[in-house]
Amino acid sequence: MATAAATTNAGAGSAQVIRTGAGSRYVIYTLLILFCLYYLLPLYVMVVNSLKPLSEIQAGGMMALPDALTFAPWASAWSSAQVGVEATGLRPYFLNSILMVVPAVAISTVLGALNGYVLTKWRFRGDTIVFGLLLFGCFIPFQMVLIPMARMLGLMGIAGTVPGLVFVHLVYGIGFSTLYFRNYYQQFPTELVRAAMIDGAGFFTIFRRIMLPSSGPIAVVCIIWQFTNIWNDFLFGASFSDFDSQPMTVALNNLVQSSTGVKEYNVHFAGAIMAALPTLFVYIVAGRFFVRGLMAGSVKG
Amino acid sequence: MSVSETSGRAGRADWLRDALPKLVLSPSFALVLIFVYGFIVFTFYLSFTDSRILPSFGLVGWQNYTRLFSLRAWDIAVKNVLIFGSLYILICCVLGLALAILLDQKIRAEGFIRTIYLYPMALSFIVTGTAWKWFLDPGIGLEAVVRSWGWTSFEFDWIKSSDMAIYTIVIAAVWQTSGFVMAMFLAGLRGIDNEVMKAAQIDGASNWALYRRIVIPQLRPAFMSAFVVLAHMAIKSYDLIIALTGGGPGTATELPATFMYSYTFTRNQMGIGAASATIMLMAIAAIMVPYLWSELREKK
Amino acid sequence: MRGKFGITMTALAALMTSAAVAEAGEVEVLHWWTSGGEAAALNVLKEDLESQGVSWQDMPVAGGGGTQAMTVLRARVTAGNAPTAVQFLGFDITDWAKEGALANLNDIAAEENWDEVVPKALQKFSKYDGKWVAAPVNVHSTNWVWANKPLLDELGIAQPTTWDELIAAMEKVKAAGKVALAHGGQAWQDTTIFDAVVMSTGGPDFFRKAFVDLDPEALGSDTMKEAFDRMSVLRGYVDDNFSGRDWNLATAMVINGEAAFQFMGDWAKGEFLNAGKTPGEDFLCFRFPGTQDQVTFNSDQFAMFKQGDTVSEDQAALAKAIMSPSFQIAFNTVKGSVPARTDVSDAEFDACGKKGMADLAAANASGNLIGSMAHGHANPAAVKNAIYDVVTAHFNGEYDSETAVSELVTAVEIAQ
Repeated sequence: MATAAATTNAGAGSAQVIRTGAGSRYVIYTLLILFCLYYLLPLYVMVVNSLKPLSEIQAGGMMALPDALTFAPWASAWSSAQVGVEATGLRPYFLNSILMVVPAVAISTVLGALNGYVLTKWRFRGDTIVFGLLLFGCFIPFQMVLIPMARMLGLMGIAGTVPGLVFVHLVYGIGFSTLYFRNYYQQFPTELVRAAMIDGAGFFTIFRRIMLPSSGPIAVVCIIWQFTNIWNDFLFGASFSDFDSQPMTVALNNLVQSSTGVKEYNVHFAGAIMAALPTLFVYIVAGRFFVRGLMAGSVKG
Repeated sequence: MSVSETSGRAGRADWLRDALPKLVLSPSFALVLIFVYGFIVFTFYLSFTDSRILPSFGLVGWQNYTRLFSLRAWDIAVKNVLIFGSLYILICCVLGLALAILLDQKIRAEGFIRTIYLYPMALSFIVTGTAWKWFLDPGIGLEAVVRSWGWTSFEFDWIKSSDMAIYTIVIAAVWQTSGFVMAMFLAGLRGIDNEVMKAAQIDGASNWALYRRIVIPQLRPAFMSAFVVLAHMAIKSYDLIIALTGGGPGTATELPATFMYSYTFTRNQMGIGAASATIMLMAIAAIMVPYLWSELREKK
Repeated sequence: MRGKFGITMTALAALMTSAAVAEAGEVEVLHWWTSGGEAAALNVLKEDLESQGVSWQDMPVAGGGGTQAMTVLRARVTAGNAPTAVQFLGFDITDWAKEGALANLNDIAAEENWDEVVPKALQKFSKYDGKWVAAPVNVHSTNWVWANKPLLDELGIAQPTTWDELIAAMEKVKAAGKVALAHGGQAWQDTTIFDAVVMSTGGPDFFRKAFVDLDPEALGSDTMKEAFDRMSVLRGYVDDNFSGRDWNLATAMVINGEAAFQFMGDWAKGEFLNAGKTPGEDFLCFRFPGTQDQVTFNSDQFAMFKQGDTVSEDQAALAKAIMSPSFQIAFNTVKGSVPARTDVSDAEFDACGKKGMADLAAANASGNLIGSMAHGHANPAAVKNAIYDVVTAHFNGEYDSETAVSELVTAVEIAQ
């Protein structure tokens, strides 16, 4: 896949020029593998301990491989661990998270694409300032918006609902999705858009026929970014949900953070990995397009 | 919706054609105006009130600010964010660039290695916090393991030390984001125009010189993007602190984000919380506005 | 696009109306009891209500000993979407009652005779302005010492009853190469010890003057400095690796004989029982030396949020169920705490539980039942956390005792 990315840009790329000798290649591989270990270590700790009985963890040796391999913690985290009054495991909360993440990612990506399209191909006086204002919105600390946002959601009548959560994530996702699409579309030849305009094509026709078909890579970047942030969000998920709309992260937190009870670390780790599976899945499946998407637009000036 | 349908009535069509892009942009703009800038104004106002458990509107002048600056925890938070922010951004950039260059040498299994470097970004710290905490804990983590291998004088107890704990936060934060930065630089490397490099190579420049003089300067836009993403993460770091040290030992790893949360919500001193949020936003603006200004103006 | 956006908003609005309002026959309960035992015990309450035709909508938010749930509560109240009932600790009840947000439970209280059966010290929090606003579930007491009995026997240590005996005992443990004091270096744990130390050093009147009245003279006194000095002494008996350790890991150290003592609230008992240990044989529970007559407590209570002017039938049913002796017994035997009413039989409780109930009754009668400062039952959150800052900084060696005392006075003053 790497070569695929490279060959699409024949004539570009520093790797086409640099040559390395056998000795230095040995060093390079060693370094790369050492860093693999650094990145994998926490995952190792999590996986290993999720497969041990609790007694083995309490006896110490938290870094060691399991003596008695067990999958019971996984089963427990999924369907029978206590995350509230009822011992439901994490299972029921998956659906809540998916109901929230899918629309929020979809809408913010579409809005980002349209905004990027307007800001680069239908420019108007003051468009740079509008973009700057949208972008600065990314930096607002979320702890600060909690109370006023709760008030607004209440006024709009969507407090404590999945649509309310979607709305919140949408609002604070606009900045980054617009940034990605704007930088990407900026590379896109404006002449093509001009020509289509002269042919009488309208705003949405151009967007659909000309811009969208080439937006794949950046859409992947945007979706990965939004999916990760929204799926992993705890603060909004806890504050703006009801008993029937609590997302996964809140349930995971309930599983892990219980303050005055026995800590079942093996179940906690199993639950933690489980909660991360959807994002891991997105990274592994879409990861190959990720660099290509970044390369195609967002990091080039 | 379609412009062509209304082409008969030329005046309206023209108006629509002019206005449509702005109409499309306006919902986003309106949302951000209310939910970002409206809230900033609201917070600024709160910082001058006697709000405690809920917003209240009795004005108290600069009292919240004078109290804020007299708090030792705030000094620590500010000092920490400077240490943390600069080290985090610097190390992520250096490490990200180094890994990108190494990975760009036509490596076998590049896709696989890249996924390993990238995956931490997919996990939240609610998930990985405990694993890091264990790993850094001298009693059960790295120190204990290395000692069990026979190196009994090995010491790695930073997380337990008031002076060093902030650096363990850096280690975990770098772990999370450096892969992402690596991907940004890798993308930049792949997009470089290599004609100049070829010419320099013929002139006998070494690989090191090629990177230093030609490649890295061309990565400036990637550096800039990385800086925006990293600065944004550094300022918002919250889960990480809570999961790893809870602000301790003592108050040694307090950051402005944890300070703000704790004063607004745990300590019921919303006025002071709002004052710290205001200072934080002003600091962010002081860094970001000049950057955005120069970036956006260049592109006109 | 305009049209599409409009449709989206309408769809959002349509979806929400189905969920927002709690209907008759339902209670939505915000709480932070999510771990195995206590959540299962709460399930008793849920089943009780369901047998009366009231369905329980569970809204658990764990984290930070309830602070996370309090944040969520604030967002929900601000949004006009308050839960029906909420778990509270100490001054949070008073704060919300001040906002006029809590329902008046006087009718139920009169009917069920709460005034008689609930200790007066608890009523300070359950009542606001003469009105009952919360129903207490339990009383935790925080001035306990947990000890590994076989280890003490082996070293020939008797149960210490004074500060000096305690120090002598810990010295022996240390000399034997064991950890004397199992402790987790987190602000609330440091302050839990400080609570007991101040009580033991200065006595209940001093404790009240310093932490309830917040008298600057008491806060800045030599007695307070002495208390800080004793904290420094205790610091010498903690292992090097204490910082950031969770309390239950410290308990585990006592359970497996690595350490001799832990100073912790009665929730630690669950850890011992879970490890198959028997009170009196494998482990000891006794009051912190010098506080034998006092019980410093914290109490979980449920308050009902106003939804309309009167208490709904469902809220009334919930409040009654919480105060029923059968639930109080079922819940507290699991939680490690003792019932919040003094007229309940102790037959179902183990040795430590029985002792806890007897101590509570005695302390209640003699005026020695005192709200724990570390657990938010002596002063409001802002002050409590300001004290945390000083205590934890001192315990971690950032201040000497002299500085700590003067910092304490300033910090408390700023926080008020």
